[in-house]
Amino acid sequence: MTDWTWFHRLASPPYVYRTAARLQTWFTALAGLLVGYGLFAGLFVAPPDYQQGDAFRIIYIHAPSAWLSMMCYSTMAIAAGVGLIWRMKIAHAVAAASAPIGASFTFLALLTGSLWGRPMWGTWWVWDARLTSELILLFLYLGYMALRTSFDDRTRADRASAVLAIVGVINLPIIHFSVYWWNSLHQGSTVMKFDKPSMPASMLWPLLACLLGFSFLYAALLCVRLRAEILLRERNASWLAGVVELR
Amino acid sequence: MTPRRKRLMLVVGILLGVSLATLFATRALRENLSYFYDPTQVAQGEAPRGRSIRVGGMVTKGSVKRESGSLEVKFDVTDFRHTVTVSYRGVLPDLFREGQGIIAHGQLASDRVFVADEVLAKHDEKYMPPEVKQSLKKPMNEGATP
Repeated sequence: MTDWTWFHRLASPPYVYRTAARLQTWFTALAGLLVGYGLFAGLFVAPPDYQQGDAFRIIYIHAPSAWLSMMCYSTMAIAAGVGLIWRMKIAHAVAAASAPIGASFTFLALLTGSLWGRPMWGTWWVWDARLTSELILLFLYLGYMALRTSFDDRTRADRASAVLAIVGVINLPIIHFSVYWWNSLHQGSTVMKFDKPSMPASMLWPLLACLLGFSFLYAALLCVRLRAEILLRERNASWLAGVVELR
Repeated sequence: MTPRRKRLMLVVGILLGVSLATLFATRALRENLSYFYDPTQVAQGEAPRGRSIRVGGMVTKGSVKRESGSLEVKFDVTDFRHTVTVSYRGVLPDLFREGQGIIAHGQLASDRVFVADEVLAKHDEKYMPPEVKQSLKKPMNEGATP
């Protein structure tokens, strides 16, 4: 028989609260190191692109933001699904804590893309499959957050918003494959494909560091927001008295 | 069936249903979801005449012709199967050059000629430093000039 105690322990708010506090420190340190190296090497050390010159360096913010916009959504939808199926309150808390972080990264991806598109493509915005599906992702996040606030009862908010989060998952493969399925103005993937990355190592390493670093940044932010969410949900619980006094 | 399994089935059902609905919707909207037509679609008459559309492809090497004393420019756009000639009057984007992908907005004048009112550069997914590009070019140039 599989040992499921780890899974059951994840359902315990005091355990998750303390673990998140401990992990937060590590995640923040790793994010600082990786993003620090990635941005420095990407912005100052990596060679310019043969066509775009220095303008290509926006990739060190744009690509990680776009990647995170989708990873946050996957986390949110999986957590919402677990919360819905196993009636696990902590999972709903993870989903609720993820949404604003994901929305911020989505906004950042759209903004940096637009700034790059103006000089490179010759336009700030086009209604192309990739750009439009990413904009829909932003609206999914905002809709999810709005739906949550429209319920007074937290349990009902959890369940209704979880269904929306799960339905929205269909947008993720559309975003990723939009550039292959339809003729799109946006270029194909440079790194996120089963082929060799179309980039030399001097440009690729800082990008990979940024991708990983941004992921740790998300993990760190999630820990902070999750703890706040737990405090809010468990504000009447007796275990909290001990934790809060300690601080 | 336990209530938990029932909820699991419900979630799987929702996902399947939404996936199917999206699949049918995207198939039905196939034309409209594409931002542009490629030269093969133009050659096969799939692109409508007399309506504003976009045509995209690679600018054929050595095909760019500028009229002296005006902004009028003509070039061929290809998908390596068919070719469309684009005629455009205006300023071209920075990334516009021969061998690059572009997308032109305008109307089809005939089966082979497209009159554009806007040209956007489409970037590819390849990045490299200028020196690498130089060294890649060298053997080709050496071969071309004896």
